[in-house]
Amino acid sequence: MNDYNFAYLDEQTKRMIRRAILKAVAVPGYQVPFASREMPMPYGWGTGGVQVTAACLVPEDRLKVIDQGADDTTNAVSIRKFFQRTAGVATTEATAEATVIQTRHRIPEQPLTEDQILVYQVPIPEPLRFLEPRETETRKMHALEEYGLMHVKLYEDIARHGQIATSYAYPVKVEGRYVMDPSPIPKFDNPKLSDCPALQLFGAGREQRIYALPPWTQVVSLDFEDHPFVASKADHDCDLCGAAESYLDEVIVDDQGGRMFVCSDTDYCRSRREDGHTGRLGTPAAAQVEAAE
Amino acid sequence: MTVHSTITTAPLLSVRGLTKRYGARIGCADVSFDLYPGEVLGIVGESGSGKSTLLSCLAGHLPPDAGEVVFATTDGPRDTLTMSEPERRRLSRTDWAFVHQNPRDGLRMGVTAGGNVGERLMAVGARNYGAIRDCALDWLGRVEIAAERIDDRPRAFSGGMQQRLQIARNLVTGPRLVFMDEPTGGLDVSVQARLLDLLRGLVRDLGLSVIIVTHDLAVVRLLADRLMVMKDGRVVEQGLTDQVLDDPQHAYTQLLVSSVLQV
Amino acid sequence: MIDIRNLSKSFTLHNQGGAVIPVMAGAALRIRPGECVGLVGRSGAGKSTLMRMVYGNYLAAGGEILVGGVDVATAEPRQIIALRRATLGHVSQFLRVVPRVPTIEVVAEPLLALGTPADRARAAAESLLARLNIPERLWPLSPTTFSGGEQQRVNIARGFVHPYPALLLDEPTASLDAANREVVLTLIEEAKARGAAILGIFHDEAARARLCDRLVDVAAFTPGLAA
Repeated sequence: MNDYNFAYLDEQTKRMIRRAILKAVAVPGYQVPFASREMPMPYGWGTGGVQVTAACLVPEDRLKVIDQGADDTTNAVSIRKFFQRTAGVATTEATAEATVIQTRHRIPEQPLTEDQILVYQVPIPEPLRFLEPRETETRKMHALEEYGLMHVKLYEDIARHGQIATSYAYPVKVEGRYVMDPSPIPKFDNPKLSDCPALQLFGAGREQRIYALPPWTQVVSLDFEDHPFVASKADHDCDLCGAAESYLDEVIVDDQGGRMFVCSDTDYCRSRREDGHTGRLGTPAAAQVEAAE
Repeated sequence: MTVHSTITTAPLLSVRGLTKRYGARIGCADVSFDLYPGEVLGIVGESGSGKSTLLSCLAGHLPPDAGEVVFATTDGPRDTLTMSEPERRRLSRTDWAFVHQNPRDGLRMGVTAGGNVGERLMAVGARNYGAIRDCALDWLGRVEIAAERIDDRPRAFSGGMQQRLQIARNLVTGPRLVFMDEPTGGLDVSVQARLLDLLRGLVRDLGLSVIIVTHDLAVVRLLADRLMVMKDGRVVEQGLTDQVLDDPQHAYTQLLVSSVLQV
Repeated sequence: MIDIRNLSKSFTLHNQGGAVIPVMAGAALRIRPGECVGLVGRSGAGKSTLMRMVYGNYLAAGGEILVGGVDVATAEPRQIIALRRATLGHVSQFLRVVPRVPTIEVVAEPLLALGTPADRARAAAESLLARLNIPERLWPLSPTTFSGGEQQRVNIARGFVHPYPALLLDEPTASLDAANREVVLTLIEEAKARGAAILGIFHDEAARARLCDRLVDVAAFTPGLAA
């Protein structure tokens, strides 16, 4: 017997969050304050993403939850189970079959469609926070479009490292107006933010902010003319499925420092192997299945 | 070649009836003056004279209770007190500059020297790293900070170097009007001297208009064309600097001048 | 060029019981281009005071001081500064400079302030310093450590580097030996010849006799001492 309201939150709370989401969609990239609720997981464990997902879910939805690209890590499993229990919605690991995808720090490799919502978990929503600690000042900077400081950060990177060293949570400019922190996704994923058919929602529970990228929004990563943005990844193919264009995790496999590179997006890797692709270390999934029978 | 003509018909800054009260006490009362391009105006007075209040009101840091501050912007004369906040903030980043007494108030201590100097450029749209860096190097040279310190943070600088960095940071966008609040206060005497020489040179070479607040009469004699003496929030005497210091008319000015120790 | 009419001056010493000391009344003087007028009178009679008023360093109580058409007594500070830059030169008895500036720059500064290119300004300064027998090795040094005579010559060089149409000279030959006195007197004669109007205070009788077309005794303007 399920004693929870659908998706845990009461209906008035969902209304409040939906109002915030509508505002966020109306002003792409602008951080809308909302009254973040006490959730049954602590701050820093995805409460913002969970509240946004809870406000968006309807009983017909099919939910996918990933953590750094994987469906099977502890956090992804635990949040998926949370919604199974409190909302009773169907769940899936296949990106193409999901209607709502909650993600921590990655965008799925599989291109998204107009019928999908991508919900990001955000730790610190304010891209200027580490340069300007005063909230009063950063609000003014956003309001008055005073973003010189953002480029100072990139300048400092180049001065210290010879190149823009920011490799995740790389700041972007949305529709030529607001500068936004896309959450700690690798900069490799930044191009996927722009002109995306799906609705992208960002929730920060501890900081109490929601922001959004409506479908087909223009998103540009900040850079200098003479140090242009590069969406870089490790210079390898996936050792399991052979993919050359997906973001990779580096795994140490033995005590001699041996390592393998595998797709961070587990669903993407699995479906490629099912289609018969193999990498340096992988055996075709079909062969594995036959061998098991 | 720079020609400094101080005979122009239009003032750069026109102040009328500027008044600021703190409850029943007067911060500054009914201050009026005109400042012309290329002029350096010194405001002297002892603690509590209202000079810092006046400067804060002029620079837009403190809202006054009455008066107007009309600045000759590129779009014509505008009362800065009635400007919208975005406009005023843009003005303080481009046409105006403010050199604080404590360089920590005017610098980002966690950002490198180059980043500090380049910030204003980036704030008005500079997007070429190489060009920004070259400009920063040029300015560090002009304020006599060694080029190899461009990537050091101001935390690692001496007080005098921090102050010079603050000056470079402020002047990089070519402001026409500079406000200075005791720029040599708190520095060692020899460091003060070097800073004053630098300021003299920059004012002359760049044709800056400056309003400088200080309690040090030697500083105004060196830097200022004109002098305003303040006491209890009011201007008691003003005129040509050397005339006010050599032939003071008002009782307070005479007291001030006679109190200065001769070395 | 210089036209003084009905000039008066008094000092009010507020901090000494408000004592009012009238020092000048009804001063009148006219100097044409090419003329040199010497001020004479007892020490403390008001010669330097009058000169300082013409320069704008002292405030006049009443009257007019017209220099090149500008009334110094009522002009705005920026007008006086512009006047001092281009029109009205001044050699005082004391050299007051920023302690760290080299002599060559001290002398070149008036030209630089007028927009003269740096190399031409420097060349002019160099030739004047050479003429006034300041050795080249002293040019990059600050004049604060120089002897009284050397400082005076630097002062003079600075006052003559630009051909001012009006000149105020307060004891220009004080502290100088005979040879350098000669150089300075020649400089003043050259200024006269090119049409400068000169007001000078010379204690040296020979200099007075050589340079001054007229002498004016300030006793005539001292209240209570009317001749």
